[in-house]
Amino acid sequence: MEHAVETTLTVNGIEVTRRIEPRRNLVDFLREELGLTGSHVGCEHGVCGACTVRVDGEIVRGCLMLAVQANGCKVETIEGLSDSGELARLQKAFHDRNALQCGFCTPAMLMAARDLQLKNPKASREEIRTHLSGNYCRCTGYQAIVDAIEDVLHG
Amino acid sequence: MKAPSFAYAKPRSLEEAFDLLERPGAKILAGGQSLVPSLNMRLSSPELLVDITGISSLAGIQVGRTFRIGALVTHAQIERSAEIRKQVPLLAEAAAHIAHPAIRNRGTLGGSLALADPAAEYPACALALNATLVLLGRKGERRVPAGSFFKGLFETDLRTGELLAAVEFPRVERSAFLELARRQGDYAIIGLAGVADGSGRRIAFLGAGATPVLAKGASAASSLEQALKALGNDIDPPADLYHSSATKLHLAKVLLSRAWNTLSKPH
Amino acid sequence: MGKAELPLHAPGTQLDKGYIGQSVPRANAQRLLQGRGSFTDDLIFPRLAHVAFFRSPYAHARVKRLDFKRALRSPGVIGVFDGRAVAEYCKPWMGVLAHLKGIRSPEQHAIAIERACWQGEAVAAVVAESRGQAEDAVGLIEADWEELPAVVDMDEALAGKVVIHPELGDNICFKREHDTGGVDEAFAKADVVVEETYNFGRHTGVCIEGRAILADYNAGEHSLTVYHATQAPHMMQDIFSRHLGIPEANVRVIAKDVGGSYGIKVHVYADEMATAALSVMLRRPVKFVADRLESFLSDIHAREHKVKVRLACTKEGEILAFDLDDLTAIGPYSVYPRTSGIEGNQVVNLTGGPYKHQKYRAKMNVVFTNKNVTCQYRAVGHPIAVALTEAIVDRAALELKMDPAELRRRNLIPDDAYPYTFPSGIKFEKLSHHRTLDKLLELMDYKSLRAQQADFRKKGVTRGIGLAAMIEVTNPSPAFYGVGGARISAQDGATLRFEPTGMVTVLCGVTEQGQGTEGIFAQIAASAVGVTVDKVRVITGDTGVTPYGGGTWASRGAGIGGEAVLLAGRALRSNILDVAAVVLKMDKAELDIVKNEVVNRLTLEAKLPLAELGRIAHFRPDTLPVDFQSELTVTRSYTPRQYAFTFSNGIQASYVEVDPETGFVKLLKHWCVEDAGTVINPMLVDEQIRGGVVQGIGAALYEECLYGPDGQLLNGNMADYLVPMSSEMPDIVCAHIETPTKQSQLGAKGVGEAGTAGAPGAVMNAINDALAPLGARVTAMPFTPERILVALRKI
Repeated sequence: MEHAVETTLTVNGIEVTRRIEPRRNLVDFLREELGLTGSHVGCEHGVCGACTVRVDGEIVRGCLMLAVQANGCKVETIEGLSDSGELARLQKAFHDRNALQCGFCTPAMLMAARDLQLKNPKASREEIRTHLSGNYCRCTGYQAIVDAIEDVLHG
Repeated sequence: MKAPSFAYAKPRSLEEAFDLLERPGAKILAGGQSLVPSLNMRLSSPELLVDITGISSLAGIQVGRTFRIGALVTHAQIERSAEIRKQVPLLAEAAAHIAHPAIRNRGTLGGSLALADPAAEYPACALALNATLVLLGRKGERRVPAGSFFKGLFETDLRTGELLAAVEFPRVERSAFLELARRQGDYAIIGLAGVADGSGRRIAFLGAGATPVLAKGASAASSLEQALKALGNDIDPPADLYHSSATKLHLAKVLLSRAWNTLSKPH
Repeated sequence: MGKAELPLHAPGTQLDKGYIGQSVPRANAQRLLQGRGSFTDDLIFPRLAHVAFFRSPYAHARVKRLDFKRALRSPGVIGVFDGRAVAEYCKPWMGVLAHLKGIRSPEQHAIAIERACWQGEAVAAVVAESRGQAEDAVGLIEADWEELPAVVDMDEALAGKVVIHPELGDNICFKREHDTGGVDEAFAKADVVVEETYNFGRHTGVCIEGRAILADYNAGEHSLTVYHATQAPHMMQDIFSRHLGIPEANVRVIAKDVGGSYGIKVHVYADEMATAALSVMLRRPVKFVADRLESFLSDIHAREHKVKVRLACTKEGEILAFDLDDLTAIGPYSVYPRTSGIEGNQVVNLTGGPYKHQKYRAKMNVVFTNKNVTCQYRAVGHPIAVALTEAIVDRAALELKMDPAELRRRNLIPDDAYPYTFPSGIKFEKLSHHRTLDKLLELMDYKSLRAQQADFRKKGVTRGIGLAAMIEVTNPSPAFYGVGGARISAQDGATLRFEPTGMVTVLCGVTEQGQGTEGIFAQIAASAVGVTVDKVRVITGDTGVTPYGGGTWASRGAGIGGEAVLLAGRALRSNILDVAAVVLKMDKAELDIVKNEVVNRLTLEAKLPLAELGRIAHFRPDTLPVDFQSELTVTRSYTPRQYAFTFSNGIQASYVEVDPETGFVKLLKHWCVEDAGTVINPMLVDEQIRGGVVQGIGAALYEECLYGPDGQLLNGNMADYLVPMSSEMPDIVCAHIETPTKQSQLGAKGVGEAGTAGAPGAVMNAINDALAPLGARVTAMPFTPERILVALRKI
């Protein structure tokens, strides 16, 4: 911990202060230090999107941001947005449409879907597909996911 | 794939940043969307990361005679800026091709240009727009035209201790940005950033060499046919994993044909 | 017994099949939607150590010296081990099976000793307090290597100038020849003979969750608990036991949530065996999660076939014979315990599968190379057999100037021809090729689509339509592995437990990989017992808890596990009614169970809530006659026996637009009509098919593990290895024909691999249909823009 930096951030509404090694990225910090294992590690080079979390209101790749960079930031994860009810409609639509199989990509998929819902609530089917283009799902054919989001946006 | 150990500092002023950058093994961290993956893959092992995102003078968009865009402005901000979309549409169009929303929220204009990945969108745009890069160092400011900034593969005119502060773009409403990527958000196989105004055309290609390449012959040509012929001399694209040099040249010509009318409309 | 044996009771629905055929959302999705699943990497134990591997940078090299001195001094390091040290605790293995006659493979160790045979093979392991520290120390291991000549190309492997394993004499792992006789005669009398060679790129599964294992050895009781992202917990229990020398009863394998499998997580991996051995050696829990870069280097790869095929037919379009020559390369070892000979074997078994020709000859060689190992990945062999069959059939249609749908209609095995023995020797119980074809053509409005395609052609837009009929192996009997000596269960058991509250707990040996196994088991159990689906809890993936079983592979979950659940559910209903008869002092034959109540069978009058029955049976059995004992936990098992495999069938269609200037392919739409027998949950089945189709599209358009001439993997990361993403994927329309198998009462045939089996062929034919007027044709997957441009002679 020779380089550890004291870092204070708000995670799902709770302020936490930790001494963090700079090399530790945000998703590893959330998972290993705070036990928030809903954000997943899929590729660690910013391609699969499984680590998507929200920082100061914008979605980011948790593997491409150092935890120390989150000093002073408001971080929100799948656990927080589930408990606040913010994702409830999307979660229900995903459940009703079976828009998930193994569920590993799902928390991030929901974060991306929520981001779209906030930014472009009238998004077309094609725009939905484009907005999710950075979130890898190997199980579904993406169609049920797109259908579920469409249900929420247009339903 | 865990990053090696390094120290971290987040200066609040340029002076402080210049001090830190003099330390051995220091490296600038901006949005981190290219640097952090290379750290995770242990392809890069800096001793100190100097996080410049706290320096407010590097942020923001100033509209004056030119567009001055701070190095820390993110792709998402560029994509969403109504001013940019209206007056330098090339940049806004290019931004939408960069990776995916979550990455565009963190990645910065300055980071992309300073990294100088020849397959990236902004370097080709800067070259086509003949942008001016504003470099700051302890000794003061240097203003470098894009044409002189990109020196080689991932190599720029930035000197040790300097950082890219902002980029000045001229207003150019007539432009075309086209790229061919296998999947939305991928690095393109080849791409074209072209502008046209009273003084003529400037067409640059990405993915076409060790740096973004200005297709001088094609830009100056008076017909598409001539331009296509000239392009073979302008660029000699390196093969990538899936495409030979010949394929990329062919695709560059397709893009040139598709952009030609837009860039050739009479005023 | 067939489907007529249903009705399954139908609480909450009007149908006599209960929840069978209903799109019930699955209960276990709820935790995943909140990020509250429990994947192996989410687990943290006291004294948990982490392992990272030092992997060979060369495709083939001798390890002359390994120096751990600096690594051992690195902060947080607990130990550094080479292959010999780990071999003291873990016996080597050999990936051969007796029924694949002549298959050979050298011994493989958990950590390679002296020689690495592919880039990425582990030669040392570092255990440390954190994964980051373990990686730091890996970087400090010093090694002297002597590079050995690498065999990379499969033709060179077959030629055998350089032999990878000198003790084997050549590079041939396995070969097979099959000949019905009369093939040459058929070709001699044919009006039309077409021949083509197809290349299939090597690709891999890219599970979004890397392979993950947490092994926890307890020295006090000489027991090993392994939390493992696996598809086959009982198979792994047996393997950990035998190779680590721990009694099987002391080994427990628990598969919690698993982040995608598709066959990737059903094999024995050297680094996972090493992780378990290290836990024993260090007497503490050790975790290994393959990161993305090492996943590409060490998860099994698949496919990589080069197949020459010839087809003979009459001018009326009657197919007379297929003649096949397949060459496939599998890396330096046949993978344990399922072997790497199965995929090629399946190509021989399945080529030409939907058609009624009688003459067939096949030759197949499986060769060793110095690339990562290959093994069974979703749809094993099917994508190859289907694509080459369907491509050569389309080639024949082109030659005959016959509509591809019509040519298929003339040759598909008639729907009334079953049972049917195919010239490769496989037997079909009952398939429905003509009904699926008819339904597909109607679904896609084939005629209008052809008209639309012609209109577009006039406008200079290059569109193509491709069909691919298929058969799919499901519900394997012991003929797949057991007869060859592999200790892989062909049977699965299900235990149903009636709880005091009236709930039903289901325990089954088939695992949940996200496909919805637990959801459909709940539907089957609820229907069979007579409770509502919310009253059922399902537990899978724990050898300490569930009945013995094979797990998830070869599309067997619904057909085998589901049948076991159905049989156990019926038995439980009967046992519950025994209790009810005693409590109510009525004849059992007068009673039934509907919607959580014991009812009068004829009047449906409610007699006794199940919760009350549960209370009496569990807590007040003193109120029941002294000679009566309730039996409210029952177990039933199921093994398919009548056929080696239950085959399903289906047909897919792809509609594409090719940009002849760029060589880019846009997928416009995709259709799949599948006959998987009884469909238990259409919503789950449809999206599983779509996911499979998308994986097949990946093979057709994007995915290939590219190797350099020195055996270096060139694109082993997710930026360079292209998987299908949402933007480029089409909408996929699914429909079903249901021909239940009569081997089971449930009638489910299985559907997990159908999408992947058929999609590459359909896309290939669609692209070639688009290119045909331009005089171009492509035969090497994936169909990159460059390959299409070359075919179009643009470059």
